[in-house]
Amino acid sequence: MTFKRVVVTGLGALTPIGNTYQEYWKGLKEGKSGAAPITKFDTTLFKTKFACEVKNFEIGNFMDRKEARKLDLFAQYAMVSADEAVKDSNLPLQELNPDRVGVIWGSGIGGLITFSEEVKSFAKGDGTPRFNPFFIPKMIADLSAGHISIKYGFRGPNFSTVSACASSTNAIYDAFTYIRLGKADVMVTGGSEAAVAEAGVGGFNAMKALSERNDSPETASRPYDKDRDGFVLGEGAGALILEEYEHAKKRGAKIYAEVVGGGMTADAYHITAPHPEGLGITRVMQIALEEAGLTVADVDYINTHGTSTPLGDIGEIKAIQRVFGEHAYKVNISSTKSMTGHLLGAAGAIEALACIMAINDSVIPPTINHFTDDDGLDPNLNLTFNIAQKREVNVALSNTFGFGGHNFSIILKKYKG
Amino acid sequence: MSEIAQKVKQIIIEKLGVEESEVTPEASFTNDLGADSLDTVELIMEFEKEFNISIPDDQAENIATVGQAISYLEQNAKK
Repeated sequence: MTFKRVVVTGLGALTPIGNTYQEYWKGLKEGKSGAAPITKFDTTLFKTKFACEVKNFEIGNFMDRKEARKLDLFAQYAMVSADEAVKDSNLPLQELNPDRVGVIWGSGIGGLITFSEEVKSFAKGDGTPRFNPFFIPKMIADLSAGHISIKYGFRGPNFSTVSACASSTNAIYDAFTYIRLGKADVMVTGGSEAAVAEAGVGGFNAMKALSERNDSPETASRPYDKDRDGFVLGEGAGALILEEYEHAKKRGAKIYAEVVGGGMTADAYHITAPHPEGLGITRVMQIALEEAGLTVADVDYINTHGTSTPLGDIGEIKAIQRVFGEHAYKVNISSTKSMTGHLLGAAGAIEALACIMAINDSVIPPTINHFTDDDGLDPNLNLTFNIAQKREVNVALSNTFGFGGHNFSIILKKYKG
Repeated sequence: MSEIAQKVKQIIIEKLGVEESEVTPEASFTNDLGADSLDTVELIMEFEKEFNISIPDDQAENIATVGQAISYLEQNAKK
């Protein structure tokens, strides 16, 4: 069978460094850090007291109070960024066949805040179950996809992906695949997360996964730096409109990039630790390149998973060297999590956006907070430390990995007729 | 208007996001004030919480308008 071509025709972002995709991209180019002391709860007794929160977010500016009350924060973020992407795409909503427009949206956790609040309130009571009727539909992780479809009347394929920190790359890859196979013309995709809460910070702290650099939040997310001490929790959303190429061309859509391939593998090794030889992440990049019909020499930029953890960062770079060989020295590599923190299930979406903007703007966003080289890393690699670099980008690859051993890569290519 | 009626109206305005002028005694939660089945359950729970009572399901089913809520609560709320 012939596969359809898939292009990106709309973007939206709500991130710790910018509340629209353009502000987000500006923040990335400037090397802005989104980390600051946590405002959402009292951190006195917590090991980590900072995070990359979304700033100046007022849901009342986007929807009415009654509607907003029924949405957990992760779904509110989803609605706002999806709306930005739909508007940005200029899709003719009245003329679209709604049966051919779908939504695949990722979230690693779902309504953690709602879950915590409801269970806390139950625990305070006398055991009488008095759960709010909106508890379940606010909490379950699939509801963002449902809400987006209800708002616009999109009746095509609709579900959510849950693969931890790989969830939104998973969503984008699935959306790409459905269009590629001819099962939909347009897909709203991406992901959102809102886990900056007692349970989120406390839970990740218990795993010793978070940075505890409380005296300097803005330098805490430092992928590839010798003194990195864990990831910085982020929150927010990223949205993309994927569209079948002929459909986009026919309506004269502006095309940001083409999605040309991706891959998914599992480590089958450990729930949280990366595979010591990086087997799954090596293979996932190879599979993605193969699906895209590209060779390593075609790739200009790799946006890494690079969360700023001691083991994960090195494992991924070694896998890149294994896959790319000598060409590893010629690509630009960066971890934009140094600026945004780790948005968990929304990470893949905002990082795909970073790749798309790098392609459109010919700029590689930096890995900020580099102070000291790590002896475990090859010093001849270009990890785009501290300052953005100008570079024509034809092909960008984005990696995202999740607890459970889920590995995803997606490849974006400059659009050429 | 009784204190109870005042509180009931406030809860309805808050939970359903409607204007005070719409909250007339005859107004039906579902037909006039845009509530769905989950909103209605939430309203009843909010009344239970505010007035510290328990409203059995068979009685809750008969509370469909603002006026019915006010009169039920005026009769049953703990003083």
